[in-house]
Amino acid sequence: MDHIVIIGNGISGVTLARHIRKLSDKKITIISAETDYFFSRTALMYVYMGHMKFEHTQPYENWFWKKNRIELLKAYVKDVDTDHKVLQLADGEHLNYDKLIIATGSKPNKFGWPGQDLNGVMGMYHKRDLDNLEAYAPNNKVCNRAVIVGGGLIGIELAEMLNSRKIPVTFLVRENSFWNGVLPEGESQMLNNHIKNHHIDLRLGVNLKEIKSDENGRVKSVIIEETGEELACNVVGLTAGVTPNIDFLKSSKIKLGRGVKVNRFLETNIPDVYAIGDCAEQHEPIGNRRPIEAVWYTGRMMGETLAQTICGNRLEYKPGHWFNSAKFLDIEYQTYGWVFGVRGRPEYEKHFHWKHHKEDICITVAFHKDTNEFLGINTFGIRMRHEIFDKWLTEKRDVDYVVSYLKDANFDPEFYKAYENDILKQYNDTFNTNLTAHKKSWKRIFSKA
Amino acid sequence: MKIIKNIGLVIFLIGLAIFTALPILGTFNLNDSNFQKIVTDQNIKSEIFINDIQTNIVDKDFNGMQSISPIISKAIDNANETHTRNKEWDKKIYSKSSDMAASIGKKSANGFIANNKGLMWLLTFGLGIIGALMFILPNVILLGKKGIKNDGIYHESGTNRGWIGWMVFIFLVSFYLVLYFASEYATNWTLLVDPISEFLSGNPAGHWFVYGFMYCTVMTVMAVRMYIKYRHNIYQVFRTTSVLFFQIVFAFIIPEIMVRLQMPYYDFKNAFPLDYDFFFQWNLDSLIETGGIGIFILVWGIVLTLVIVPIMVYFFGKRWYCSWVCGCGGLAETLGDPYRQHSDKSLFAWKVERYLVHGVLVFVIVMTAMTLYSFFSDTGTVLGIKTSTVQSIYSLVIGSIFAGVIGTGFYPIFGNRVWCRFGCPLAAYLGFVQRFKSKFRITTNGGQCISCGNCSTYCEMGIDVRAYAQKGENIVRSSCVGCGVCSAVCPRGVLKLENGPEDGRINPTEILLGNDVDLMDLINQK
Repeated sequence: MDHIVIIGNGISGVTLARHIRKLSDKKITIISAETDYFFSRTALMYVYMGHMKFEHTQPYENWFWKKNRIELLKAYVKDVDTDHKVLQLADGEHLNYDKLIIATGSKPNKFGWPGQDLNGVMGMYHKRDLDNLEAYAPNNKVCNRAVIVGGGLIGIELAEMLNSRKIPVTFLVRENSFWNGVLPEGESQMLNNHIKNHHIDLRLGVNLKEIKSDENGRVKSVIIEETGEELACNVVGLTAGVTPNIDFLKSSKIKLGRGVKVNRFLETNIPDVYAIGDCAEQHEPIGNRRPIEAVWYTGRMMGETLAQTICGNRLEYKPGHWFNSAKFLDIEYQTYGWVFGVRGRPEYEKHFHWKHHKEDICITVAFHKDTNEFLGINTFGIRMRHEIFDKWLTEKRDVDYVVSYLKDANFDPEFYKAYENDILKQYNDTFNTNLTAHKKSWKRIFSKA
Repeated sequence: MKIIKNIGLVIFLIGLAIFTALPILGTFNLNDSNFQKIVTDQNIKSEIFINDIQTNIVDKDFNGMQSISPIISKAIDNANETHTRNKEWDKKIYSKSSDMAASIGKKSANGFIANNKGLMWLLTFGLGIIGALMFILPNVILLGKKGIKNDGIYHESGTNRGWIGWMVFIFLVSFYLVLYFASEYATNWTLLVDPISEFLSGNPAGHWFVYGFMYCTVMTVMAVRMYIKYRHNIYQVFRTTSVLFFQIVFAFIIPEIMVRLQMPYYDFKNAFPLDYDFFFQWNLDSLIETGGIGIFILVWGIVLTLVIVPIMVYFFGKRWYCSWVCGCGGLAETLGDPYRQHSDKSLFAWKVERYLVHGVLVFVIVMTAMTLYSFFSDTGTVLGIKTSTVQSIYSLVIGSIFAGVIGTGFYPIFGNRVWCRFGCPLAAYLGFVQRFKSKFRITTNGGQCISCGNCSTYCEMGIDVRAYAQKGENIVRSSCVGCGVCSAVCPRGVLKLENGPEDGRINPTEILLGNDVDLMDLINQK
């Protein structure tokens, strides 16, 4: 019987294990050095904020693993010997495998800043980061100020976490507007304001020069590159993106780039060794996707796909239409298809932007300037139906169709104020069209592409 | 703002302390004419009991109910012992000693409390309401911008089963024990609300009136809290308004006014089998006796349970009742909201839930069948079992202990829907309809779930919502009361309560939306 060994108990590895179990009787072992059981990394913030306890972040009860004959091993893999198909563990033990899957995820980026390894400097990615934060920033008496470096999704989450305990936060963002590498300008502007309205000291267009230490090796202050300003603080959060967590493979024969190099079948250069999730790097990017996709959803999809291959149905990783979501303090964000910010926007991509005159609610619809084909949508403060946009993208609907039938896509709770008519009116005014809004139809919602 | 909150808390606690002390305070003196009235009203024929009370209680001063209650209890026991020995069944006193003590206490209260009802109301209810509102209202500003505000719930003693939680638990349990089993100690409370009761029904207040009034007050104050906490979520605002309306108008005011109009006391929204004594002999007799309106109530009660309830559940799910109309649900969604995260989400708890809640449903159906058989055949027993015994067991174990003491008393420990989830036979009945024949579902939004667990944590019914959402599957569960909080707390817009076509409502999924279309087809359509 094949022994499948998965290194990493995150969403990719666990999804893979679950699907292999559904399809086969193979022996499955998941190795993790981080925690005993799978937990949702995206929910760590809610533990610090007091919305949940750590146990609530675990999607499966503890009996689940035994019942499904998925063995869990808490250990750190030091070395991978692919010639003999054996793993060397940090505690001196060995483990043999028939098929090996690397699903070790990411680690926070550190760009060689002076002082980046001081006590009180942390990312917000691992369980131990949460424990660290609890130790160094339990309240605003122990931590008078925290500085966050890097304006991405984890940065804004860390800011929200610290804010929930009334710890003053300074947020250093390299770009001149928050997340504008990804988001179009109007949305990025709205978020700048939203962040400031939460009393977070947002500094745009600045970089970290160094982190200074006190006499005990603890963070004392940071210095800003551009202004030379010194900010006293007790905690520094490094959230300038993540990088694949694959240092333990450097001595192995597995081919590495920034991540573990894989082909479309998620196979590495070594037979019977695969990589999925944040740590996998495609030789060639798929469509508009990046070669390394550090996203919950793609990790899950790779797990779903690779289970087929491992169980005898060799299958290419072919993700469908791009989608993603996030929450910026109180604003929910969803995206379907491709909407580019300034960076990397194709010349044919044109935007229609609507923003509520008062509330932090807006959408941006991207379409092809020549063919009018709908390319994607960003929505802030309005929930949208995934199925509908997935279908419209498959059917290659034009943008007129999308704005006319937007009511089908609304996913806000019942009785919420709807904005489709306002959106359509602005669209008609902008493009001199005379479209009329169509009422929501269950028949259309349930029809397949 | 923080200062206002703290002052409010102190004022509230003072009001609560006075209220809590009342059962053992007050002076009582029963004069003979009042006692004679009780004897006539209750048709007491036991001269032993009458003599006993006249010697030991009448025209004597007492301090606190604890000094009278034991004498009355002993008097009843003494009298009944003799009458039983002499087989004088018509002289025996069948009313409970606590009821007797309550009616004697009510007639004999004479001190400061009885003479200053308005002032005492202000010192208890008044301070409680003002203090609570001062504690709650600053949240409009303190909570900051609108959005989900669950910060610190698991850090605070009151909402994380800490000592405050346990104190609340002890208070609530004790309160229900007094209400159900030692109502004479509620005598002073009834005095406070006498003016209100007399205004509504024309009668002085009993302990159930105290309970009803308190219920409405607590719900109203805690509804203000809901309005502030969920001010961004119009579904919660509407729903809270609806439960509040049905509690105050249908459960509280209309029945009292009906009494004033010489009609039977009836809550038009309280459906059988939650209203478990609807078919009890005394109720049927009284309804039939009243004629016109009584017959209407009888027909309405039957139509409500057999027709209106299931049809509404078909269209809207059981939420229309459990979290929009029902009084138990109303209290759970207002007073109980801070405790919703304590419901147990384990598979084990789900198993217990199914045995218990369906067990109670079977119990109530069997009891009602026996009751109706007894009613029409004019016998007291069915297959050798006394109908009245079964009824008393149900009333005590399910009606009082489960629904009251455990159902509400355990809010801070087991969450706010203990009764609704594990005990309510109506919920079990609606659950069948919702599970098997309804348009209602909680739709999962394609592949957007990130398994964070907020939905499961804040599900008051202990449904592991995430287990479905992370598979891309809609949530169709008999226990869901449709409170909408899973959808509200979801950070990624994954959940939506909706009524739609029955086709596609239940959608088992293995591969989530967003992945390879061929793979989805291959796996999901097996």
